[in-house]
Amino acid sequence: MIWQLDLAILTLVVIVGIGAITVKDLLGAAIMFGAYSFMMCLLWSIMGAVDVAFTEASVGAGVSTVFFVAAVFRTTRRTKD
Amino acid sequence: MKITGLIIAVLTGALLIYATADFPAWGDPASPASTHVSPRYIEKTIEETAVPNMVTSVLADYRGYDTMFETTVIFSAGVACFLLLRIFRREEPEERLYRHVLTGVTIHVKKGGKLPPSDDFERIDTEWTPHDLIIKTMCRLLIPFIQLFALYVIAHGHHSPGGGFQGGVMLGASVIVLAMSQDLRTAVRRLREKVDALLCATGVFIYAGTGALCLLLGADFLNYRALAPLLNVDPIMARSHGIFIVEIGVGIAVMATMIWIYSNVSSSGKYDEGL
Repeated sequence: MIWQLDLAILTLVVIVGIGAITVKDLLGAAIMFGAYSFMMCLLWSIMGAVDVAFTEASVGAGVSTVFFVAAVFRTTRRTKD
Repeated sequence: MKITGLIIAVLTGALLIYATADFPAWGDPASPASTHVSPRYIEKTIEETAVPNMVTSVLADYRGYDTMFETTVIFSAGVACFLLLRIFRREEPEERLYRHVLTGVTIHVKKGGKLPPSDDFERIDTEWTPHDLIIKTMCRLLIPFIQLFALYVIAHGHHSPGGGFQGGVMLGASVIVLAMSQDLRTAVRRLREKVDALLCATGVFIYAGTGALCLLLGADFLNYRALAPLLNVDPIMARSHGIFIVEIGVGIAVMATMIWIYSNVSSSGKYDEGL
């Protein structure tokens, strides 16, 4: 485990996580969640949990982002609060 | 109200971070999990199940009951989306759009209107749909390879990371890519809604059925050793093959559910115009 890489990705996870809840555009939030999942996937693979990383990449970063985008497309792009 | 929420969230987060200090360090060989739980599986997996990837054998064999209900959760998610969103009332849309393929001219057909008798028209969605040859061709090229890789992931889960869940998601994603690059109707024409729903249930049935078969053959539920006489192998290989059968079930269930949820959400239950 390279700690510099670990720290960089952890920082990005936090930034993307805060970004996902503060951004007003829901489509942007969906993409942020995708990025978050991808960062988590990198973290899992750094820690050697390749199976979990694979699941995170396919489900979290892939399909669930598509579901979010589809839901935003059928509802509204702006949040109420 | 927002301030209270923020304070509660920050306090809970701080408490959680404080609590993680009590966790054993990452990869600590003296942690409780590493002293007697993990070594048991690391040492015995190969001789008991003949599966090199320990994660697969733990997921589908030692903790098979757990994974069965995980598959059931996925299935229920699909059914919930279907029950909440699907609209069966067949209502003629106000206006349909058709594109003349040869010239690229779009024509609007009002409710009750008829299209000129020609094969050169293709139905397009009312939302913005550019005629993008590059995306369509690239997706058509990529989809077979995505599906092939997904099958590899399912079948090779014994030896490398992967398995039914990941492979199933990728198979589902390949159909979703088709639905996004062409339109939902093309994807639904390839895999009908009824077939999709049936596949969804079939996957769970394969998993639970394998368990029930073991029960019928006189062993515990999901104890694949009992399948040895049926598969004509020794009990250890029977466990390996049992895991494979179960992974196929998981793959089918997950694939069908992903497509089912996508079609319901993206067309808001009408199965007419997708994303």
